[in-house]
Amino acid sequence: MTKLPQKLIEWLEVRLPLEPLRRAVEHKTVPTHRYTVCYYLGGMTLFLFLIQVVTGILLMLYYRPSASEAFESVEFIMTTVPFGWLIRSIHSWSAHLMIFFAFVHLATVYFMGAYRKPREVTWMTGSMLLFLAMAFGFSGYLLPWNQLAYFATNVGTDIAGAVPVIGEYAVRFLRGGERVGGGTLSRFYGWHVAILPAITTGVLVIHLILVQILGMSTPPSLEQEARKHRPMKFFPNFLLRDLFGWVLALALLATLAAIFPGELGEKADPFAPAFKDIKPEWYFMFMFETLKVMPGGEFLGIEYEAIPILLFGLGGLILLFVPFVDRNTSAGTGFTVAGLVITTYVVGMTAWGYRSFLPILIAIATLLVIFLFGYPQRRSRKKGE
Amino acid sequence: MAHWRGLFCCRALIRNLGEGKGEEVEETAPNLIPRRVINWLLGTSLAGLGGSILYPVLRFISPPDIPEPATAEVEAGFTNDPELLERGFKIVRFGAEPVILIRVGDTDFRAFSATCTHLDCIVEFQKEDQRLWCNCHNGEYNLVGANVSGPPPRPLRAYAVNLIQGQNDQPQAIVISKS
Repeated sequence: MTKLPQKLIEWLEVRLPLEPLRRAVEHKTVPTHRYTVCYYLGGMTLFLFLIQVVTGILLMLYYRPSASEAFESVEFIMTTVPFGWLIRSIHSWSAHLMIFFAFVHLATVYFMGAYRKPREVTWMTGSMLLFLAMAFGFSGYLLPWNQLAYFATNVGTDIAGAVPVIGEYAVRFLRGGERVGGGTLSRFYGWHVAILPAITTGVLVIHLILVQILGMSTPPSLEQEARKHRPMKFFPNFLLRDLFGWVLALALLATLAAIFPGELGEKADPFAPAFKDIKPEWYFMFMFETLKVMPGGEFLGIEYEAIPILLFGLGGLILLFVPFVDRNTSAGTGFTVAGLVITTYVVGMTAWGYRSFLPILIAIATLLVIFLFGYPQRRSRKKGE
Repeated sequence: MAHWRGLFCCRALIRNLGEGKGEEVEETAPNLIPRRVINWLLGTSLAGLGGSILYPVLRFISPPDIPEPATAEVEAGFTNDPELLERGFKIVRFGAEPVILIRVGDTDFRAFSATCTHLDCIVEFQKEDQRLWCNCHNGEYNLVGANVSGPPPRPLRAYAVNLIQGQNDQPQAIVISKS
C-alpha cells in the first residue's frame, strides 16, 4: 500500500515538472571547511524575515494607522487581544535578530570574499536587502506612536535635511509634510506594510535564485581545506541543520518575548518636551553617535553635520559596489583591513552610544561561536599535516 | 555504549554540524532505539511545536469579547422634531444599536430595532404606505413591527416609547427604553 505522502507526490509529479527540481536538489552540495557554519546565516535571516511577515500580517488585524488611534490600538493588542503581547513582542524581537543576522551574514560574506565573480549581483541584492531591512526597522519604529518613537523619528527624518540641495525636499518627502504628524504615520505605515515588502520580495527572489544557481562560494584561502572534506549534501543534511537552527531561533524568540515583552511607553505628544534618552534602534546607533560628536559649524557653506551623513551615504554606496571596487582574485588584505576597521568602528560606536560593553560582548561571542564550529576542521587539518 | 556517548557528546554534535557526517553515523550505528520509537518521538515533538505555534495564532485572530456598555434608555428629541413631522421617522442611536422611531399619529410614537431581521440592513418608514420597509430585499413590516411580507423571518424587536411633558408650553420629550 502506497502511503498518502507518496501518492500526493506522484499526483503532483504528473502535473508539475518536479523531476528536474528534485535532481537539482539532490545534486546540490555545500562545501565543508572551518567556516561552513557561516552558510547557515542567510537561511536564518530568511527564516526571521518570514516570521516578520507572518506576525506583521497578524498585527494588521488590530493595528489602526492614525495618530488618534495607533497608540490605543497597540495598547489594545498588548492588553486585551489573546496572545497579542506575544505576537507583537515576537515581531519586535524577530526584527532585532533578523537585522543582527543580516549584519553577521554580510560580514562573513565580506571577509570570505564571496562577493567576487560571478557573485557580484548576489552581493548587491544582499546589501540592498540589508538597507531594506533597516528601512523596515525605521518605518516600523514609529508605528506604536509613542513618545520615544515620535521624537526618534523627528530626529531621524531631520537628519536627511542636512544633505545639501535635496535635503529640504527629502525631509518633506519622508514626513509627508513639514513636521512629523498623522500624515507621517500613514506614510510610514504604507512604506512598512506595502511598498517595502513589495520591493523586498522582488530583490529577495533574485537573491535566492542566484544563491541556488551559483551555489555556496568557497573562500580562496580555504579551497585546499574544502577539497579534503567531502562536501555536505544540501538535502537532507544541510537543510535539516538549517531547520534545527530555525527551531532554536523560534525558542529563543519565544523566550525573549516572554521575558522582555515589547514596551509601549507613553502616547506621542508633539507639544511635550523631548524625552531624556532619545535613541534610535541599535542598528542606527553608530550613525547617531557619530552625528552627536560632530561639532556645529559650517565649512564652505556645508554644515559639519552633513559631512558624516554624506560619508555614510557614500559608505553605503561603496558597500553596494564592493565586488566592482575589489578586483583582486585572491584574498585582498587591504579590503580585509578596511572591513575590520569599519566593523570595529560600528561595534565601538554602538557600545559608546549605549555606554555599555554589551555590543562588544555580543560581537566577541559571535566570533567565538563561528570559531567554535570550525574547531574540528582546524584540528583535523593540523593532524593531517 | 560508544554510540550513546556519540549521541550526547557536544564535540561530536558540533563536528556533525560542521562536516555533514550525519549519514555515516546512521550507516554504522546499530539500532539502539527502534526507528518506530524515534519516529514517534520526532512526530510528537513536531506536532507539539506546531500546536504551540498554531494555538496562540488562532486565539489571536479570534477577536476578544468586549462587552458593550448597557443602555437602558435614550432621549430621542421632542415631538415637534422637523424630521419626524416631515418624514415620519428618524433613526436613533440606542447604545450601539440603531433604533427607528416612527410617528404614527400626533401622540402615537413607536420604536423598533432598525436592523432588519433578514440580513441586517437598516429599515425605513414609508409614510404613504404606513409600513416599515427594508430596501435591501423588499422586506415589509407592519406598524407593530411584525413581518408581513418578503424574506424577513422574525418581527422587529419593539422598544417602549414614553412622552414626557415639558414645563409650560414646551413640546413633549420622547424617551425610548427597552420594553
